[in-house]
Amino acid sequence: MNWSVLTLVGADQQGIVAAVSKLLFEADCQLAEASMMRLGGNFAIMLRVGHDASADLKTVLAPVVDGMKLHLHLDEDVPASPRHIEPDVHITVYGADRTGIVAQVTSLLASAGLNIIDLETAVGGSAEQPIYIMSIEGHAQQGIEALRNAIKNLADDIEISLTEIDTLRA
Amino acid sequence: MSVLDILAYPSEQLKKLSETVEQVDERLLAFIRDLEETRLSGPGAVGIAAPQVNVHQRVVIVDVSNMKKPCENHGHMIMINPEITEWDGMAMGREGCLSVPDFTGNVIRAERIVLNYMDETGEKHEITSSGFEARAIQHELDHLDGLLFLDRLVSRRTDLFQRKIYK
Repeated sequence: MNWSVLTLVGADQQGIVAAVSKLLFEADCQLAEASMMRLGGNFAIMLRVGHDASADLKTVLAPVVDGMKLHLHLDEDVPASPRHIEPDVHITVYGADRTGIVAQVTSLLASAGLNIIDLETAVGGSAEQPIYIMSIEGHAQQGIEALRNAIKNLADDIEISLTEIDTLRA
Repeated sequence: MSVLDILAYPSEQLKKLSETVEQVDERLLAFIRDLEETRLSGPGAVGIAAPQVNVHQRVVIVDVSNMKKPCENHGHMIMINPEITEWDGMAMGREGCLSVPDFTGNVIRAERIVLNYMDETGEKHEITSSGFEARAIQHELDHLDGLLFLDRLVSRRTDLFQRKIYK
């Protein structure tokens, strides 16, 4: 089996996931990890798909790409996923919305050894006073203390909290 | 003593209800020794429940006393017919399970519990447990009722914001 990662983005409309997954199922594809969400007025799908070497995913998905006007990006022959890296830290960030929050926070964290595994952000609050919220899970490659020290240098207008993830193994 | 085979989901045996132990005899004690050896043979499991090795008796072992990050605990506990009588508070935490390899997920558990159990000598205990140990106990007791942490998953995108302490 070959593994590919496909990205599909288009104006949000009802039935995208059903249409995409039905076509893949009918072509004997196997779905693995996926992340799908609404981004503004768009809907975005990122999906790892297992398929026969002879399967041409672009042809398989043509009906939905054309019919629903989606953009398709295909990364072929992505090696099967290794055992997933376990996150050991969760970081929550929020503040009055302004430019540079993500860049400043992630730069500090990266320099202190954070490997980001999952990150999502949202804009909330009112139109006049928007707030920016970010949630990160990652692996602290230089330990949690290094991250704690790094965030001390963060601008005062950003609230950041760092929680160790103690995974229960039972 | 021997290391027993650990059942992995989707084994239907993990979804079965376990029965109350009526009698602590040599056979049960031998099983408990095997269960402990099985727990220790894995990758650092803090607990194990009898149904995970296909024995549907209400027996679990919990020991969080050797965590890298120390937490409040009651040491090594062999619990026969354990029963939680009080639940208090809630906390989100990440859990994994010997019976669900290579996956971890967020689960909400009571922060503090009161429970009764009998140990392997027949002595009855009532303890109050909280935090990580309480989580481990709740995880193991679920196995006795045919529940896996998969039955209690909440989205990774759901977060209980840490309570901020204002001074």
